[in-house]
Amino acid sequence: MTSTAEKPSVVGKKPADPAFKKKSPLTRIFASRETSIAIAVILIIAVTTLRNPTFLTSADGFRDLLVTPSILLVVALGQAVVIITRSVDLSVGSVLGLTAYLVGTLFVAFPSIPIPLMFLIGLAFGGLLGLINGALVAFGRVPAMVITLGTLYAFRGINVAWTGSNRINASDMPSGFLKLGTQQILGIPVLTIIALVALVVVAWYLHNTRGGREFYAIGSDPEAAELYGLQKTKRVLMAFVFSGAMAGLGGVLYAARYGTINSQAGDGFELQAVGAAVIGGVAITGGTGTVIGAALGAFLLVTINRALPVLGIPDFWQKAVVGALILGAIVLDRVMAKRNHQKLLEKRDR
Amino acid sequence: MMSETTAPRTYKDFAQPIVRRLLLTRESAIIALLIVVLIGASLIVPSFASAATATYLMLDVATILLISLLMAPIMITGDIDLSVGSMVGLSSVVFGVAFQAGLPVPVGIVLALVVGAVGGLFNGWLITHIDLPALAVTIGTMALFRGIAVGLLGTTAVTGFPQEWTKLARAKIGDSPIPVIMILFVVLLIGAVWMLHFSKFGRGIFAIGLSKEAAAFSGVDVARTRLILFVLSGTIAALAGVYFTLRYGSARGDNATGLELQVIAAVVLGGVSVFGGRGALHGVIAGVFLIGALSSALRLANVTSDVINIITGVLLVASVIASSVLDWFKRQRARRALRSATQQPATTG
Repeated sequence: MTSTAEKPSVVGKKPADPAFKKKSPLTRIFASRETSIAIAVILIIAVTTLRNPTFLTSADGFRDLLVTPSILLVVALGQAVVIITRSVDLSVGSVLGLTAYLVGTLFVAFPSIPIPLMFLIGLAFGGLLGLINGALVAFGRVPAMVITLGTLYAFRGINVAWTGSNRINASDMPSGFLKLGTQQILGIPVLTIIALVALVVVAWYLHNTRGGREFYAIGSDPEAAELYGLQKTKRVLMAFVFSGAMAGLGGVLYAARYGTINSQAGDGFELQAVGAAVIGGVAITGGTGTVIGAALGAFLLVTINRALPVLGIPDFWQKAVVGALILGAIVLDRVMAKRNHQKLLEKRDR
Repeated sequence: MMSETTAPRTYKDFAQPIVRRLLLTRESAIIALLIVVLIGASLIVPSFASAATATYLMLDVATILLISLLMAPIMITGDIDLSVGSMVGLSSVVFGVAFQAGLPVPVGIVLALVVGAVGGLFNGWLITHIDLPALAVTIGTMALFRGIAVGLLGTTAVTGFPQEWTKLARAKIGDSPIPVIMILFVVLLIGAVWMLHFSKFGRGIFAIGLSKEAAAFSGVDVARTRLILFVLSGTIAALAGVYFTLRYGSARGDNATGLELQVIAAVVLGGVSVFGGRGALHGVIAGVFLIGALSSALRLANVTSDVINIITGVLLVASVIASSVLDWFKRQRARRALRSATQQPATTG
């Protein structure tokens, strides 16, 4: 603060200062959160495969490795967009469960529904539930956490009231739909392809379009964004509709993958989705992070959970590992941010 | 007043009459709603108005009541503690494992409380010293504490606690329908009311919720206050965990799963602002009893738990929306009052 007065010419020098030279793209890729998580995932897979080769090399093992994270991946994708706009959506688990049951019920009632239409129904229904959340948050001007906590209860309650002790079994759904859970194209499971397509589209949109950048602007400073003329209400609403739609898609994938749906489908998914996003570098305070990071976070969480029993750690400890990972990730983020800040201060004062 | 237009208008000219100030609050509204629900349930549900129902109602809400005593101040500072439900589970397991190892029950209780305090200290330290958001930290420790609890005991449960202790957890005071645990609660409540509403520390809590910077400049040790609240919250959650274990006679890793949501719902319903800075314990207690009485009445009327979940959720959403709608009306009225107050000297003079 004091040094700026002593060195008035520093502003003019800045561009020539070697300290401000842009980092090469290669260093940036290697220093990114996404890369370190990807390395962690690969390490876990490698170690687990050494212990028990079927984890990766058997046909089923390879498929499960890719299919199981796909459901969490799409839900975390929606969650990441909501968190980037400085909200949180705790109702995703309930939306997933409700949509999964709707899909099952519709198949029982109309067995001949074309499968792509079912995906659209899932997306639309989830989006509708997300719209309820978004409207309450955006127009009520109340924190998303409380609203979505309320809808977490309400949606799950509706689900239990509707389902009771019933459940949808695999025999109730057309085999073409269930095959999606096992089918592969060029060795990659169909469900994973669907999740990856969604990921690529959203990642491109958030990174390259004006609308996508507005989510970041609103998340990093809501007041400034509004003063600048961005439509905060509209973007927050969009984020929640999108998160609901992704949870709905997750519900359809869940139905296809597991074939059995009871009233507790997706219970506790909100924690995993928030965890995946946070581990992937999406800061809970909004404005930073990428959906690719969140997707890798989802991959890491699910892979660790599947690897623990193989490594001889009872799967009771899964949750403790998830908690430690979340805490580790946010502390790491904080330390890095502080160091970065310090570096920038030093550069300015030099 | 009209003759002395130049006299400065004092605080009293703007203040509401004391009756209005006491009655027209969120807290009074919730207490009124609670009374309506109690009367309504007694009239509609035949078995509701009985001593046994009252006893079970109090036994059931005791866990949430205890935890809400600290959740309320934490939310008034603008933080949140999502890890309390998991801490109930963890302290239950610690208590159970200590008992299994042959330690006497009081030692087990102390151990559980220490674990609660350490867990709360961990939360508070990460939040105030590493400067992390409470939401993110306690989502992490919510998973961590639960994970340790489930990891330690797996799917097994510790049972067979001494009869005198399990009986004490369910005992009533003499012939009255009031359970013994309520004595403990009232003692802690008096402490909490003093801490939040009548001490310097408590004024600091409200000040932090309104503005951390302003609080720091007026001499409140912001970090210390927040840290202390998290330590106390962990400790009281552990105490609730011991009670929970003795009441049901079983220590399990998955005890009280999802309890944090119920506590937060009750606290918000009781008038604590989710933005921090406002709230009072009588409203919070009414909020806890409101949810408790509703679910107890519905259960007696053979309504299933899912409908209770729907009602809890809708109540929660409605209460926060209602307060923001009310605030909007109040702001409009204040703006109009201000406009007429500023115009008055011009018209009279």
